[in-house]
Amino acid sequence: MTATHANTTANDEPAAFYLKEAHHPEESTMLGFWIYIMSDCLIFAVLFATYGVLGRSYAAGPSPADLFELSTVAINTTMLLLSSITYGFAMLSMEKNNTRSTLLWLGITGLFGVAFVALELNEFYHLILEGAGPQRSAFLSAFFTLVGTHGLHVTCGIIWLVTLMVQVGKRGLIHENKRRLMCLSMFWHFLDVVWIGVFSFVYLMGVLG
Amino acid sequence: MFSNPDLLKFIFGRLTLDSIPYHEPILIVTFIAVAIGGGAVLGLLTYFRLWGYLWNEWFTSIDHKKIGIMYMVLAIIMLLRGFSDALLMRMQQAMAFNGNEGYLPPHHYDQIFTAHGVIMIFFVAMPLVTGLMNFAVPLQIGARDVSFPFLNNFSFWMTTAGSMLIMISLFIGEFARTGWLAYPPLSESAYSPDVGVDYYIWGLQIAGIGTLLSGVNLIATIVKMRAPGMTMMKMPIFTWTALCTNVLIVAAFPVLTAVLALLTLDRYAGTNFFTNDLGGNPMMYVNLIWIWGHPEVYILILPAFGVFSEVVSTFSSKRLFGYASMVYATVVITILSYLVWLHHFFTMGSGASVNSFFGITTMIISIPTGAKIFNWLFTMYRGRIRFEVPMLWAMGFMVTFVIGGMTGVMLAVPPADFVLHNSLFLIAHFHNVIIGGVVFGAFAGINYWFPKAFGFKLDPFWGKMSFWFWLVGFYFAFMPLYILGLMGVTRRLSQFEDPSLQIYFVIAAFGAGLIAIGIASFLMQIFVSIKNRHALADVTGDPWGGRTLEWSTSSPPPSYNFALTPIVYDHDSWWDMKNRGHIRPTDGFLPIHMPKSTGTGVILGILSIIFGFGMVWHIWWMAALGFVAMLVVTIVHTFNYNRDFYIPVEEVIRTENARTKILAEQVQ
Repeated sequence: MTATHANTTANDEPAAFYLKEAHHPEESTMLGFWIYIMSDCLIFAVLFATYGVLGRSYAAGPSPADLFELSTVAINTTMLLLSSITYGFAMLSMEKNNTRSTLLWLGITGLFGVAFVALELNEFYHLILEGAGPQRSAFLSAFFTLVGTHGLHVTCGIIWLVTLMVQVGKRGLIHENKRRLMCLSMFWHFLDVVWIGVFSFVYLMGVLG
Repeated sequence: MFSNPDLLKFIFGRLTLDSIPYHEPILIVTFIAVAIGGGAVLGLLTYFRLWGYLWNEWFTSIDHKKIGIMYMVLAIIMLLRGFSDALLMRMQQAMAFNGNEGYLPPHHYDQIFTAHGVIMIFFVAMPLVTGLMNFAVPLQIGARDVSFPFLNNFSFWMTTAGSMLIMISLFIGEFARTGWLAYPPLSESAYSPDVGVDYYIWGLQIAGIGTLLSGVNLIATIVKMRAPGMTMMKMPIFTWTALCTNVLIVAAFPVLTAVLALLTLDRYAGTNFFTNDLGGNPMMYVNLIWIWGHPEVYILILPAFGVFSEVVSTFSSKRLFGYASMVYATVVITILSYLVWLHHFFTMGSGASVNSFFGITTMIISIPTGAKIFNWLFTMYRGRIRFEVPMLWAMGFMVTFVIGGMTGVMLAVPPADFVLHNSLFLIAHFHNVIIGGVVFGAFAGINYWFPKAFGFKLDPFWGKMSFWFWLVGFYFAFMPLYILGLMGVTRRLSQFEDPSLQIYFVIAAFGAGLIAIGIASFLMQIFVSIKNRHALADVTGDPWGGRTLEWSTSSPPPSYNFALTPIVYDHDSWWDMKNRGHIRPTDGFLPIHMPKSTGTGVILGILSIIFGFGMVWHIWWMAALGFVAMLVVTIVHTFNYNRDFYIPVEEVIRTENARTKILAEQVQ
């Protein structure tokens, strides 16, 4: 069909071989970063699958019901969800080209992120102190790895966030910085989605089951 | 100071003088040879003052063509290493009969078969296909570079860093003795306490980052950077296979990363994912690694299918038969490759239903693959076939690959697999498809695109020598293994009891010798071609009567690939342009927007080696230093906003006028 179309064009008037103006393909960064996030998502998929298979291999050790305190996890989850909302506010300020307000909301997001990581480390510390460390059983290995990998991602996100705050502070909301903030935004919300999976699948189902 | 063992352990970790294998004569000789050879190369580079040239024009280059060529060089160097391992194994197996233990002690033999597999898949086959895709895809879609040029350079250096770490294991410490997939519990620290598995883990993790990012990069490139008019169904078939391969890379390599990370935690942090006690489950590892591993074989073969599609239609001077069916077959293979992983371990005991499901899905894959074979045959039918070297490789592939495919269908039948599992039949099968498919495809691709990359053809005589020695050598080397496998000989054995088997191993070793001549002929082909480059020169940029856009520009192409962006109307777009009376434009040029070179990729590669080496030997300060340095270099790199420039229009005009002049001289 299209080939015939090209030929008729050629009959009417010779079809151009080359563009007369410079060719600027649209920016690929958002697509590329999205694909990267999907690949990261697969890492979490593997860790979830591993937890699914090994999550009941207690090796005569403690089970989720013995270990998890939902109140701590509820606070933890709140911190992360709030950080997603505040990141959203930062992006709204960015749309309005308001550098100061963007930086402010980014700072608040970072603080929520730090609070989340601190609470998680505290949880880990107490588990290890109780003798429920990652070496204790396959269940605990899978638990620490899944939750820890998420925490590691949040930590990377915080380092990235601080870097971006410095860059926005230095150069303002130029096109490159906006693009970077968009990427971090995707990353941050992605971690939120993963955490909802962790919260439901590991903590809620663990305490129920 | 050095009498303090704690301090010594802090500084050197597990590394001691005994880690240097000076008591292994084979390794000492190898080391001396590598040292002399390496010293000679470095000396020559210094003598001819080539370091600046290499650094400025190659190592720091973000030009996709140069990165593609560097991938190919890496692959060929590693092929020599991986093939040496193969020769050592073939010689050992040919002589270790009747109580003769051969010349390789088991602990060395086990490292060799592991290194052979790891190197051939990760550092030969992968760089070969990545190199071809990097070089050809942007040219085929009429783009000036990939979507993320710096990332491309970084990916290459991570792959190189991974291969360097594996090479270091030859002379400092040892390599894994576990087989190329490092199954636990053997690969756990309880049974492999030494550094071998750690070299394996960190080498693959570092290279894996490069592979994944290059996958992301090429997908974005193909989706976003195509020339105007090139809809998906007008893309060249090689670009289609590259797209599917990179989708597979992005969807498979994270699984490898994750499963190796779990093994790392078992070894370094004492977790119990794959251990025999405290609830660990080794089969979890086997499942996960094959969820990566099976797509991996299609990652390797799809680009080879793409090369053959280009080569067959070019050298038959015909449009490819069944373009649309070729695209659909490629996509169907991409999807099915995720539904077959369990056929690698039918013997695990999943039960009849599970095994049947995976057996059937495996057999179904042969349908789209068969469709492709028929498409190539029908393309050749009534074509004006030119038996140039790339076409020879394509025809050798068609015969060889069909045999390999059929033995694959045999292995897909679970009851048959219970007999053939882990036998030499399996070894013969996968070498049959990987050599007959991927390696032949890579050689076809190298012979096909070499004139585009360097402006002169490869010498056909040595090319044909290389082809015939490879082809005949392959049959001598692997047909005996099919027979041995049917007789029940298992893989990875270093000694044999039954003297009647020896003759088959001797024939196989003879075949490996023929392949060695094939490889030598290939090196000779490159040497002779460089020597005769003026006689073999091609100034037209289109030496084969090509059909796709890469042949529309000069050979080698300028850094900007295309002075003006072509408009595409048909899937054989260059053929279509030639038929419509294309005349090369000589005016109307514009300044061209291009990315700048950067050394960050090289620096990150070196730092990742330092990090990996520290992790392998438990030299924690070194690992921490390497890691923090990588983080800092990455962050500093993001502070550089000045990453692109415009090639001034005068320079474009100068380059294009020079070519106009050469073309005019050619006509006279």
